[in-house]
Amino acid sequence: MAERPEDLNLPNAVITRIIKEALPDGVNISKEARSAISRAASVFVLYATSCANNFAMKGKRKTLNASDVLSAMEEMEFQRFITPLKEALEAYRREQKGKKEASEQKKKDKDKKTDSEEQDKSRDEDNDEDEERLEEEEQNEEEEVDN
Amino acid sequence: MADGVAGRDKCGEQRLVSLPLSRIRVIMKSSPEVSSINQEALVLTAKATELFVQYLATYSYRHGSGKEKKALTYSDLSNTAEESETFQFLADILPKKILASKYLKMLKEKREDDEEEEKDESDADEAES
Repeated sequence: MAERPEDLNLPNAVITRIIKEALPDGVNISKEARSAISRAASVFVLYATSCANNFAMKGKRKTLNASDVLSAMEEMEFQRFITPLKEALEAYRREQKGKKEASEQKKKDKDKKTDSEEQDKSRDEDNDEDEERLEEEEQNEEEEVDN
Repeated sequence: MADGVAGRDKCGEQRLVSLPLSRIRVIMKSSPEVSSINQEALVLTAKATELFVQYLATYSYRHGSGKEKKALTYSDLSNTAEESETFQFLADILPKKILASKYLKMLKEKREDDEEEEKDESDADEAES
């Protein structure tokens, strides 16, 4: 996929918003300054990526991971970013876990519905068995993912 | 402060990161030695970039010319790139601006210096032989 020049730039609107939220109210940002910060941000991404990649290679890995990025920040002397980044990582992981549980819950509800439609009379007993089975399945799935 | 960086999408939900991950990924992949990027690394890089934008803007503003200033200008940024070690890596893309006439004068002076050096060297060579 060929990259067009504008693809290496970040969207102006978002960059502007981030700058405005960081500076005190009423401060004007010249168009040149905005454009410069945007370019600087792209360069930052490249620099951070290159640095993180060195850590990945040291670890004989081909895939950049979260710890590579954190190590890169340390190396680039942006230690001040490390705490907020770790917090963001935790929040992201919680979010991902929540999404996974939500979709598993949907599946569980769907299966339960199908089962209870099929087995009307001996419902109570069978439902207990189903719950145990589904819990086991959940546990097995979790183990696989962690590996 | 944390709220400041989380953007809101069309549904008004708070997002962890405002910058588009797809664009960040494109920039990261343009780096030749990079094979693949795991999703967490992508999210962290995007977040780090936001923190960087904030830091660059506020640093430049604080160190800028005059306390009553109500504006952030290009020269504030290029000063930061030149004077701060942390932001040195930006020096090439945020060059200081000078008048064209001054630049041409600098070029002329440099050319004269180079010619002087060459002359000295060739004199020295002649003396040796």
